[in-house]
Amino acid sequence: MSTTRPEKIRINDLHAFYGESHILHGIDMSIGQGELVTLLGRNGAGRSTTLKAIMSMVGRRTGSIVINGTETINMPAHKIAHLGIGFCPEERGIFSSLNVEENLMLPPAVRSDGVSVEEIYEMFPNLYERRFSQGTRLSGGEQQMLALARILRTGANILLLDEITEGLAPVIVQKLAEVLMALKERGLTILLVEQNFRFAAPIADRHYVMEHGHIVEQVHAHELKAKTELLNTYLGV
Amino acid sequence: MATFLGINLFGLFGQLLVGLINGSFYALLSLGLAIIFGLLKIINFAQGAIYMLGAFGAYLGLQYLGIGYWAALIVVPLVVGLLGILMERFLIRPIANEDHLYSLLLTFGVALVLQGLFTHMFGSSGLSYAIPDALKGGTKLPFMYLPSYRAWIIIASLTVCFATWWMIEKTKLGAYLRAGTENAALMQAFGINVPLMVTLTFGFGVALAGFAGVMAAPVYSVSPDMGSSILIVVFAIVVIGGMGSIGGAIITGLGMGIVEGLTKYFYPEASNTVIFLVMVIVLLIKPAGLFGKEA
Repeated sequence: MSTTRPEKIRINDLHAFYGESHILHGIDMSIGQGELVTLLGRNGAGRSTTLKAIMSMVGRRTGSIVINGTETINMPAHKIAHLGIGFCPEERGIFSSLNVEENLMLPPAVRSDGVSVEEIYEMFPNLYERRFSQGTRLSGGEQQMLALARILRTGANILLLDEITEGLAPVIVQKLAEVLMALKERGLTILLVEQNFRFAAPIADRHYVMEHGHIVEQVHAHELKAKTELLNTYLGV
Repeated sequence: MATFLGINLFGLFGQLLVGLINGSFYALLSLGLAIIFGLLKIINFAQGAIYMLGAFGAYLGLQYLGIGYWAALIVVPLVVGLLGILMERFLIRPIANEDHLYSLLLTFGVALVLQGLFTHMFGSSGLSYAIPDALKGGTKLPFMYLPSYRAWIIIASLTVCFATWWMIEKTKLGAYLRAGTENAALMQAFGINVPLMVTLTFGFGVALAGFAGVMAAPVYSVSPDMGSSILIVVFAIVVIGGMGSIGGAIITGLGMGIVEGLTKYFYPEASNTVIFLVMVIVLLIKPAGLFGKEA
């Protein structure tokens, strides 16, 4: 764990519930500024729920979630983003009744130094060409770029990204890896839920492994080789 | 008498005009319903009672407060919208997480209470409200006589409907509404105050019904059951147009008014049922409605 960096997210004893079902059983984690951390684990381990719990999109949550120094556990959901967080949901959340540009401009700015629209169109020229198309008419890769661009524009400097490579062609996955590395160099903090370990391994600083709503292991990038065997057992690859 | 292919043009245009006027009210009311349904996913059964409230608001404002027609056109929708905001905040919100059937029953209850209250206070025979001076009289057109107030109803309703459509489809505020309709939880995660948006949307939706009520006061008798009779037809129209489509609600409302008017001319016996007949046919062919998206 990097203790020298300012802490952007600190989670203590987080429990999350959907109605009667108890999904997260006491999660602890800490992420420093500029870190790229992944949540690994099998389907249903509670990785997406962890991201949703941070955004207060679960039924009920207890424990402590401190973002940028502010306790958020009792905060109304719509205030959390304004601490500088951007969330990219697994299903991408592109709105079909909005065109590409409307989708891009939709989330309100949460900080003043977001990526400008010009810069975004430079980064993703396809989005510019198709800016007046219906959002959901884009290809899967373009929709993913849009979902990512949309939160970069808000100025969020903590990104929660859920399965962003799912179902995408290798060339697009490669492009996403480059984008994430560039964002990391800019000092953004990224928490990534990822199934594609080969995508995550070279770019991440640390990995948390989840199972049945618990964090069962923490692996630093430099320990990957030594712990490959262990990870394989957890992930079942 | 002017005829064309044996059709009495005076009669035909007269019924077309009546159809357009009814259609204007249908459009305003179904538009309000569609906006509310889009974001809250509830069917507001109180929409008819609120339309009645709008008409009574105009009547009472004139009788007791000296508020004339033109001022009422602004003030009454605002007051009614405010009542809607209170209704959402204190009645609908507490049960928002339950099955939507509960909020539907609640709005139905509110409608019955309002209607009962006004029947108790004013009786059910109906009160009259004068047409404003500026809109008295009319214009003689080649095939018909066009009363000014009736022309005003059509123009004002269409203007309000179009402005609402434009706001929802073309502005940033409308983009919030459309996105909230699709995925409110994600909007919340983006930092948008969805509960506030829901309250204001409900207020705006019922304000439209209040506006329709003021418009209706000079042409229909102001009576406690004026809302319940029109609401049944408006529900049929909403089913025909497809729930949740803004443009669809407006076009279907107007269109069904015209269909009704034409039926009154060609086959008057069916004029009260023709809309329901169309509803049955649409349900059989396109269950999601003419403008609705298939689920």
